[in-house]
Amino acid sequence: MKCTRLVDAGRRQFLRGSGVAAVGAAAAATVGAPAQAAPALARVAYPATRLANIADLTVNEPMDIAYPDADSPGVLLKLGQPVQGGVGPDGDVVAFSVLCPHKGWMLSYNGGDKTLNCPGHHSRFDCEAGGQQVWGHATQNLPQFALRVDDKGDIHADGVDELIYGRLSNVL
Amino acid sequence: MAFKRQVDRLPIIPADATEHNVTCHYCIVGCGYKAYTWPMNRQGGAAAGQNAFGVNLGEQQPTETEAWYAPSMYNIVRQNGRDVHLVVKPDTNCVVNGGLGSIRGARMAENRPSRVTNTQSQRLTDPLVWRNGVWQPSSWDDALDLVARVTARVVTEGSEDDLVVSMFDHGGSAGGYENTWATGKLYFQSMKIKNCRIHNRPAYNSEVHSTRDMGVGELNNAYVDYQLTDTIFMLGANSMETQTNLYLNHMVKGLQNGARMVVVDPRRTLTVASSEQFAGAENVLHLAINEGTDLALCNALLTEIVDKGWIDRDFIAASTFPEGVAVAEDEAHPASLGSLEHAMQACRMSLDEAAAICGVDAADIAKAAAWIAEPRADGSRRKCATAYEKGIIWGNDNYRTVGAIVNIALATGNVGREGGGVCRLGGHQEGYYRPADGHVGRPAEYVDQFLIRGLGGVHHIWACDHYKTTLNASEFKRVHKRRSDMVKEAIDAAAGGTREQVVDAIVSAINAGGLFVVDVDIIHSQIGQNAHVILPACESNEMNLTSMNGERRLRLSERYMDPFGNSRPDCLIAAGMAQHMERVLRDMGHADYADQFKGYDWTTEEDAFMDGYHQGNPEVTYDRLRAMGNNGVQEPVTGFADGKLVGVERLYADGAFDRHGRDDKKALFCAAGWRGWQAPGKAREQAAHRFWVNNVRANIFWQNQFLDQKNDFIQDRYPHPFVEMHPDDMVELGLNPGDLLEIVNDNGVTQGMAYPLPTIRRNTVAMVFGSPAGSQGNVVNPGVNELVLPDYKHCWGEIRKIADATEQTAKVSFKSHEAVL
Repeated sequence: MKCTRLVDAGRRQFLRGSGVAAVGAAAAATVGAPAQAAPALARVAYPATRLANIADLTVNEPMDIAYPDADSPGVLLKLGQPVQGGVGPDGDVVAFSVLCPHKGWMLSYNGGDKTLNCPGHHSRFDCEAGGQQVWGHATQNLPQFALRVDDKGDIHADGVDELIYGRLSNVL
Repeated sequence: MAFKRQVDRLPIIPADATEHNVTCHYCIVGCGYKAYTWPMNRQGGAAAGQNAFGVNLGEQQPTETEAWYAPSMYNIVRQNGRDVHLVVKPDTNCVVNGGLGSIRGARMAENRPSRVTNTQSQRLTDPLVWRNGVWQPSSWDDALDLVARVTARVVTEGSEDDLVVSMFDHGGSAGGYENTWATGKLYFQSMKIKNCRIHNRPAYNSEVHSTRDMGVGELNNAYVDYQLTDTIFMLGANSMETQTNLYLNHMVKGLQNGARMVVVDPRRTLTVASSEQFAGAENVLHLAINEGTDLALCNALLTEIVDKGWIDRDFIAASTFPEGVAVAEDEAHPASLGSLEHAMQACRMSLDEAAAICGVDAADIAKAAAWIAEPRADGSRRKCATAYEKGIIWGNDNYRTVGAIVNIALATGNVGREGGGVCRLGGHQEGYYRPADGHVGRPAEYVDQFLIRGLGGVHHIWACDHYKTTLNASEFKRVHKRRSDMVKEAIDAAAGGTREQVVDAIVSAINAGGLFVVDVDIIHSQIGQNAHVILPACESNEMNLTSMNGERRLRLSERYMDPFGNSRPDCLIAAGMAQHMERVLRDMGHADYADQFKGYDWTTEEDAFMDGYHQGNPEVTYDRLRAMGNNGVQEPVTGFADGKLVGVERLYADGAFDRHGRDDKKALFCAAGWRGWQAPGKAREQAAHRFWVNNVRANIFWQNQFLDQKNDFIQDRYPHPFVEMHPDDMVELGLNPGDLLEIVNDNGVTQGMAYPLPTIRRNTVAMVFGSPAGSQGNVVNPGVNELVLPDYKHCWGEIRKIADATEQTAKVSFKSHEAVL
């Protein structure tokens, strides 16, 4: 796993404003700040994690990442044309969990039609359609990581839109 | 964007949550699940001692873990009057599915009705009675009184033949032994109704008459046979989509154990594609025959097997009819039955003849015959497990084609033996226990045509929706609506009248050609739009329900939540109907007839089970089934020993065949001569239109589409029924992916959404069957076989564009369904 990833909770809190300050504070807690007696939160607090820089990406070449932590493998993709939910100057950068939400097999990327495919039971997910399950056994579409690109071109993940396989809380 | 639930964590099942046995009620396979319920104000914790799995949930769990459940497996439901947490997850200890969940069953929790989460708010809660121009919620007594009064008037002033009944006869979702018994007792014992039909076809008949007539019950092997076999021979079936965990947990293991696979299907199905991945393409032989030619192919296979001497002479001598004709061809038998020699006189077909008819290479037919029947190097029997489903059952010449398939299994001794079997794969589970139905007759009445002809006065419908699952549906809908509207107008005109006056008005409208419609269902269905009384039923797990799966595995799926609103189990609705019939008939002065409706004093579904199934199977009780858990017992149940029910792994292991009821216990071969298109109108329609409109099923909502019409995850994927087409055909017709199109022929019109599929043949489309948003049956002609089995699969039409892709369909993925690894 990559060791250069940064948990950038402070910057994330700054960028997203006071409305999510509590979430940001909780995220800070995940990186070692002393826990304070505070009301439990209704949502898990996602870390903000630097995944890569735009310059590191090649069109249709998947990059291995992990988010929200090292035990949750994912893929970062520059698809080459704008897609819904895509970020970056070309609106084409997306990231997904690669644990199949059916039984947790590791998905493999097929650059031919930009899908993630499961070797276990042949489910497949469309990276150009928000991880929609094209066909398969999972009862949810593929968890997609919310991305943000800063003015240096650094790509940060700071959220997930579905439950990741193998954990009953996306942040452990 | 694709639909996302935005769930970032789920309540954890506490260590002391209540555990319930669940058999998925959607499809034939009947996967085992476990339901966990616990109070709202409690939750488990991540520490190993605080959750039901006994593991540290603070860590990422591994592939295939038991200790995870998806958001679709969670809900909040009502149990004994209180809201509780619910998780329904696959059971790793069930031998059927081994912990695998399907895209259907793993959404059972989410597809439960909940006042808290608002899932399945389409579920009916109260009886509805047509009054004042709308459906008014009412009490059970009020609704059942009206049903009984009108029904009693019609059957006493006319006859019981004026009561038409459409009723489930299966297990699982709707049906089950409790409910088939109750409806059977009502209509076949208290009454003798003969104008009845089953949920998916227009008559009350078997889908597989010929195999039964030949002595071979259609669910004769065990799922493990697919793991033990040398060859899986599949015809007109697509198990990766429609018996998913039978395929993944058994057939794939067989392929990985070295089995080869022969698939007969005009379409390259996902079963073909996945089997090539699992077994290697060199071990999968796909015979992409012309539509409707399975019989010719099977006869050529049998001929090749006989001529090569690959038959099992000992088995044939010991277990099959020795010489000549046992059953002559007649109105009830579309082919004669007898010895192998007799059958061969009709079945003989050369490889070249079949190749010309089927459009496949003679060499490939020969290869298939060798894969199916050539003895192994040591001379021992090649084990072959044969499986077929709707491509055959709803195909051309049902009786003879099923017979021709069974011929091959009998000739090669592949019935009743390890790694063998010749089986219908099935749709729903089974759960048939009813009084004798001989009075229905054979051939049975073609009930949908009976209604179209203006016959019958009252129509009781139990969990059937002809709007989605009949043929000639366009005409059926027009007539059914017109006739039921006559009664609605009569009720409206009698507004303000007494019950007696309203009943008089209804009966007058019936006598003028109207139809009084009673619909028992869990949702307000499409045919329910024509109903005058709607009675809300509940589903499996809102009641206890027993059913058996495709290997005859009987389980008790336990109640873990309350029926929604005031809905009831079908068996108790039938009991209420009978009790009201008794009272009304007695009031009318028909005391003897009223007495026939005694014997329904049940208060629970278990009472109905004990009154019916238990009487014929005295070893079987709820307590014993509960103890057998999700692995249950394979029927027939032969005893009870050491605290366990004893069953039968595979039928006919002793070589004695009894499904036909013959004393000699000899299996019969079918003289299944090829005769081209059997059903009327097919050849003409084929010649007149460009596109063959195949109807197909889809993994995602097969067997639960009625619920999924209100499920966001599903509607996001397929907002309209898909129509798979070759991209070049789409270009010619000016269609883009997601465009709305209509299919038109002389029978009617239906609509769907264009989905490009490069692997489909030109001038062929594959439209999903049974969609609420576009009924494929609209364009299927009325043609049936001699025993009124519909040929849904053969329909031809023209295609034209209706509209550009909608905002919704434009966002759908239109990529190939085949995994690329």
